[in-house]
Amino acid sequence: MISIENVSKVYPVRDGVVTVLEDINLRVNPGEKLGILGRNGAGKSTMIRLISGAERPTAGVIERSMSVSWPLAFGGAFQGALTGLDNLRFICRIYGTKAEDKIDFVQEFSELGRYLREPVRAYSSGMRARLAFAISMIVEFDCFLIDEIIAVGDARFHEKCHVELFHKRNDRAMIIVSHDTSYIREHCERAVVLSKGRLYSFDTTDEAYAFYAEHSH
Amino acid sequence: MALLASERRSWTIQRRVIGALLMREILTRYGRHNIGFLWLFVEPMIFTLGITALWTATKSVHGSNLPIVAFAITGYSSVLLWRNMPSRCIGAIEPNLSLMYHRNVKAIDIFAARLLLEGAGATISFIALAFFFSFIGWIEPPEDIFKIVFGWLLLAWFGASLATLLGALSHQYEIVDKFWHPAAYLLFPLSGAAFMVDVLPQQAQEIILLLPMVHGVELIREGYFGTAFTAHYDIAYMALFCTALTLFALAQTRIVSRTVIPE
Repeated sequence: MISIENVSKVYPVRDGVVTVLEDINLRVNPGEKLGILGRNGAGKSTMIRLISGAERPTAGVIERSMSVSWPLAFGGAFQGALTGLDNLRFICRIYGTKAEDKIDFVQEFSELGRYLREPVRAYSSGMRARLAFAISMIVEFDCFLIDEIIAVGDARFHEKCHVELFHKRNDRAMIIVSHDTSYIREHCERAVVLSKGRLYSFDTTDEAYAFYAEHSH
Repeated sequence: MALLASERRSWTIQRRVIGALLMREILTRYGRHNIGFLWLFVEPMIFTLGITALWTATKSVHGSNLPIVAFAITGYSSVLLWRNMPSRCIGAIEPNLSLMYHRNVKAIDIFAARLLLEGAGATISFIALAFFFSFIGWIEPPEDIFKIVFGWLLLAWFGASLATLLGALSHQYEIVDKFWHPAAYLLFPLSGAAFMVDVLPQQAQEIILLLPMVHGVELIREGYFGTAFTAHYDIAYMALFCTALTLFALAQTRIVSRTVIPE
């Protein structure tokens, strides 16, 4: 389970502070698929980074009693000067798993060919995204954090990701942030809405979608 | 028991992360071309050899009759040890920000990896040069290796705590980087590497001994040359200085970890 209690996140800016998230409360159970809807700038990415533990909340407590992934599939979490292969090895070392038996999978899935042995900084954004997704599938987690996965690759690659994530790992929990209602509707059984730094929960998903439609103009 | 088990798990994770960061540093810094990671100690060796050659050629006025080659190797190796650590830790967080998306990669691990690498480079260079010159008979073997090791460790502690403090501060204040370059340059002639404290006038001795690294260098030289000269050092003073520096460094690193934003 992941439990988020009274969490706020404040960033210093030139003339004071901005409150990006305010008094957030949320629980995610094992196997649950939760969608977080929000417009640009609603605090979605900050939310995902806080849940992943990459950033710390300014106030409040986040507890994780299941293993939680890093924020997936947007091309970050790489060191640009290292090759794709060395980034793969780095991530395997960090999470305590062997890299050697995973190279073939990443090579094939990412369709990078010999570019896997070139520095990531030379990749196009599509190549980065493909590598990012392939690498994030080699470490197993109880809960995957997915940040706007929609942006990944062409339709065929999108389909491959879909199978890998939503069919093969259907038993895991997932937290998906997106601005796209139909994407959340397709993959999640529960939806919450992030608006102006506050989180709104609803009894039914339809209410959430209705609220989001109303507040997204 | 539960606490102990969780501490042990954290330690396992931290070791893993530091190991991964070490490999990452070696690959990006030295790559797989020509001699690769051997540069780790070949570079400081070239520095030390250059200084040794210069000081030998100019019969540098170090104010004693100690053999100049051994004097230069002990002195300049010490400088490389404590001075390169801060240089590598200042601005160390920035290029690693994307890796901090992984929750277990923390600022302190990034510093630790760079410190280990820098410490290893300076140490291997020092040992290799001392062995080489002993072997060809240009210098005598040291009198008391234990003292050298102890002085070396004290200097490494000083370098590591200063590096961590400046590394953490530099993430918040750009000015740290600007100020470190002249400071490092000016501290070198004052650090005890190029003179013996004993030859200074009494008053100058008191002032120069305010600098903690001078104590470490004197201790290393006493270990090397033994009773051939009078060393001036106060281990308690240096240890106290390093302890205070370490506390500041850890506090500042904690502040940075709370505010760092991966990108």
